[in-house]
Amino acid sequence: MLNSTGAGSVGGYGDRSLWQGRLAGLRKLDWPLTVTVLVLSVVGALLVRSATFQLALEHGDDPEGFLKRHILNLLIGFVLGGVVTVLDYRLLRAYVPILYALACVGLLAVLTPLGSTINGSHSWIVIGGGFQIQPSEFAKVGLVVLLAMILGEPRDGEIGPGRRDVLLALALAGVPGVLIMLQPDLGTTLVFIAVVLGMLAVSGAQKRWLVGLVAGGAAAGAAVFFFGLLKKYQIDRFTAFLDPSADPRGAGYNAQQARIAIGSGGPFGKGLFNGQQTGGHFVPEQQTDFIFTVAGEELGFVGAAVIVLLLGVVLWRGLRIASQAADLFGTLVATGVVCWLAFQTFENVGMTLGIMPITGLPLPFVSYGGSATFANMIAFGLLQAVHIRRRPFD
Amino acid sequence: MNPRTHFRLVVLYVLVGLLLLVLMGRLWSMQILDGSHYQQLADQNRTRDIVVPAVRGMILDDRGIPLVRNRSALVVSVDRTTLSRQKDGGKAVLDRLAGVLGTTYQDVANRIRLCGPGIKRPCWPGSPYQPIPVEDHVDPKRALQIMERQEDFPGVTAQVQAVRDYPRPEGATAAQVLGYLQPITQEELDKRKGLKVTGYSGVDLIGRAGLEAQYDAALRGEPGFRRVLVDSQGRVTGTAEEKAAVPGGNLVTSIDAGVQGAAEKALKHAIENGRKAGHPSDAGAAVVMDVQTGRMVAMASYPTYDPSIWTGGISQDEYDALLGKKKGEPLISRVTQGQFAPGSTFKISSVAAAVGDGYPLNGTYQCPGSFDVGSRAFHNFEGEALGSMNLHTALVKSCDTVFYKFAYEEWLRDGGMHPKKNPSDPMVKMARDYGFGKATGIDLPSESSGRIPDRGWKKDYWDATKKGDCKAAKTGFPDVQKTDPARAAYLKAVAAENCVDGYVWRAGDAANFSVGQGDVLVTPLQLVRAYAAVANGGKLLTPRLGLAVMRPDGGIERRIADPQPAKLPVDPKVLAYIRSGLAGVTKSGTAAGAFNGFDFKKVDVAGKTGTAEVYGKDDNSWFASFGPVKHPRYAVVVMVAQGGQGAVTAAPAVREIWEAMYGTKKQKPLLKDGKLPSDLPSAPVQGTAP
Repeated sequence: MLNSTGAGSVGGYGDRSLWQGRLAGLRKLDWPLTVTVLVLSVVGALLVRSATFQLALEHGDDPEGFLKRHILNLLIGFVLGGVVTVLDYRLLRAYVPILYALACVGLLAVLTPLGSTINGSHSWIVIGGGFQIQPSEFAKVGLVVLLAMILGEPRDGEIGPGRRDVLLALALAGVPGVLIMLQPDLGTTLVFIAVVLGMLAVSGAQKRWLVGLVAGGAAAGAAVFFFGLLKKYQIDRFTAFLDPSADPRGAGYNAQQARIAIGSGGPFGKGLFNGQQTGGHFVPEQQTDFIFTVAGEELGFVGAAVIVLLLGVVLWRGLRIASQAADLFGTLVATGVVCWLAFQTFENVGMTLGIMPITGLPLPFVSYGGSATFANMIAFGLLQAVHIRRRPFD
Repeated sequence: MNPRTHFRLVVLYVLVGLLLLVLMGRLWSMQILDGSHYQQLADQNRTRDIVVPAVRGMILDDRGIPLVRNRSALVVSVDRTTLSRQKDGGKAVLDRLAGVLGTTYQDVANRIRLCGPGIKRPCWPGSPYQPIPVEDHVDPKRALQIMERQEDFPGVTAQVQAVRDYPRPEGATAAQVLGYLQPITQEELDKRKGLKVTGYSGVDLIGRAGLEAQYDAALRGEPGFRRVLVDSQGRVTGTAEEKAAVPGGNLVTSIDAGVQGAAEKALKHAIENGRKAGHPSDAGAAVVMDVQTGRMVAMASYPTYDPSIWTGGISQDEYDALLGKKKGEPLISRVTQGQFAPGSTFKISSVAAAVGDGYPLNGTYQCPGSFDVGSRAFHNFEGEALGSMNLHTALVKSCDTVFYKFAYEEWLRDGGMHPKKNPSDPMVKMARDYGFGKATGIDLPSESSGRIPDRGWKKDYWDATKKGDCKAAKTGFPDVQKTDPARAAYLKAVAAENCVDGYVWRAGDAANFSVGQGDVLVTPLQLVRAYAAVANGGKLLTPRLGLAVMRPDGGIERRIADPQPAKLPVDPKVLAYIRSGLAGVTKSGTAAGAFNGFDFKKVDVAGKTGTAEVYGKDDNSWFASFGPVKHPRYAVVVMVAQGGQGAVTAAPAVREIWEAMYGTKKQKPLLKDGKLPSDLPSAPVQGTAP
């Protein structure tokens, strides 16, 4: 740093006008990440169309209706992501309390009569006019920046956050966590746990915290199961993946149909828009949680593997960004986003392949769904924001 | 970046990489390794085989008039499998369906429950995997409601199907001859391979009785199938493969609708007359046979029922009525399955046996009021003494004592109570030669054989009953003793006798046999065939109903052959003598009253009355006839169980049938010159009902 001119020089545009600087910063975007997300979005849009046009046609609706709405969601999402990218993420710290409060209010509102139940989860607020918000998606963003702020406080000498910080982080993460469990939204709860664990680990917290958390989580899970705190359908859904043929018309139906769709795709698939399982809409929720089955059937192993690889690229770039971040706060933001997307990808694809229980989580950047798309794009923006302001000589 | 953070980021790298590797591995295993397995599952998911039922052939009379045809009906069916996928097990759907059909939920639910032990009708006896028809008289508006709102009626279909229709030409029902259809059971399906289930239609029916069962293979045709593509809701999205159904052939029978109608009517009158005279008259039969060919022209049975009751689900009340003894078991054909003591109509056999045994055909015989068979006196009918007579008169006047004497003397010659090694038993042998005691082989299922109680039968019967008799011989009959000591003593004596030597063919057995009483049982069909054999000069024919199977588009697929007749071992001169005796019966004999004023010029009818005494019941009333005497064409038999005297109840009904066939001054004849059509009809007279 020969030409160090203070704090501004970290981003490399301290002596230029604000907007010029920001536009110049765009050139520093992580282009592999950007291109990958764009490709995933396009593939996702095509899969969404394939999953929906036949049914819409039969119902006399606009067969391209889902595609059009999905494209609109993507456009809004990119704008959101762009705004987040150009914001100086370090200024986020100032807004974290507000973001956090908003997330909690949203999650609370879901539990009031304002909320609606879709597929057994009380996770939505219907605004009207066909629009609905799923606050838990935005809560993931809130959680990431909140934990990054608490655990990423600049410290002197200490390698990791102290006990006070860890407890504070756990307490603040616990509030939205409990609200989500109350919906109940098992998938998002698991994402929260993955994010908390991942960020705690990378923040440098003592090993005993991590071990204690994993042990405590396992104990709590066992307690919930054995004391009958879960409803039967939740247990059924959770365990159906182990043996979908046990009840092929009930809880195992999704699991079984998902496997048939993917398995029948073979090496090269049936061709885009040619899936017969898809066209016959045998797999429920196919444009959202089970979008991967469309890829499996229509694009085959080749196409499905490419999608998994593309998601892998996103995660790899995210981890790279975490490693190169200018500060611990940036590292933790990127780590949180990676943990979130990694777990959600594994869980979503895993449940369609029958190696994970079925929970209501969309596939990042691919599935249909406004709130999820917006949240994913904001996450994408966060990664870019950290990347733009990375350490210059790494 | 501190080293711990750095290290843990590296761990995260590795972890994420591992997770992705797991996904890739699983993807490889499912799509590359197990791809064909899942492809198979997917194919099952996507296609469904629909068996297209073949239209069942009609059953026609000898002129091509349908006795059974098909009518199209809008049938509403329910698929249990789809229903069970509903959250509430389909209750809401059935509720809605009941609303549309104007019935109750319980009624619909009953119709689709599976039959089993303790389950009352209505219930479904067929496969649980077929759509079950719940209503087949749906009016099109209601059916349309169901088809238009498929989302409200998952698993419910409404479609046009052919169902059995009974037009009853000339009033001819012939219910027991035609038989009925029932949903095929799993056992039948397993037994008859190649029988496809018409899954989609919901009704794969099989003939369960009568001609429907006998000629099921010819009538049923060959179902086609359609392999359709379906979506997850079971909605058909296209057709992958198709094979058309081959409709079943039409069965042309020898039943003549006109004569059948007349026979049913005459039988009904006979029953009514019998009841008016104070006899229970609980069952009856009327049969007309072509004596030259063995073709059955009419077969009426009483009690009867409306065969259209089988179309659509049958209720428990209706089903009970059909099977129950209370309603007289109308499913049972009294013609082929009913077994009755034949009384004096049996004498055509006995007289031939006596002559064959050496009694002169033109001899003179005494007809006293009673004849001592061993120690017991056997009486003539009403104890009448008719003096000396020839065999002709013995038939005309139906003298019993003449036959008792023949039987007793033959019995004595065979060794009496200590029979010789190979007794000749001429009357028993002759009865068998006349075809009694054995099924005739008519083309109908479940025919009864009747009973010729010979020495062997007595032995078997004794083996089966001696235990009870020996016990009763010791204990007596205390119940009867209380009310009727004399009768109790008699029963005890009989039991004691039976216990010791109940297997012995006694003189009384022989005497009873000669006049068709005691343990002799015949079916009306056996009797009409025996009279046909007398009429046609000694050909014992195999009765036939089926003439030919016609292709649905006309033209003969195959003719049904007449089996070779057996030969009656009776001298033609004797048969001619019997014929002349029977000719006298209607003019100056026991049936002269019933045939008073009958136009014998139109058709010279000969016959024989029969009044069979049945222990503990009213007499069976018989009249067996043939005509015209010179060139016999038909044999007609009417029987009314517990109907009183043959001359009074049965004979007038036989007369009514002859008059219907040949006409009277007031009545147009059903048969032109007394002849049935000689050629097969070229095509059905009427097609499917609208």
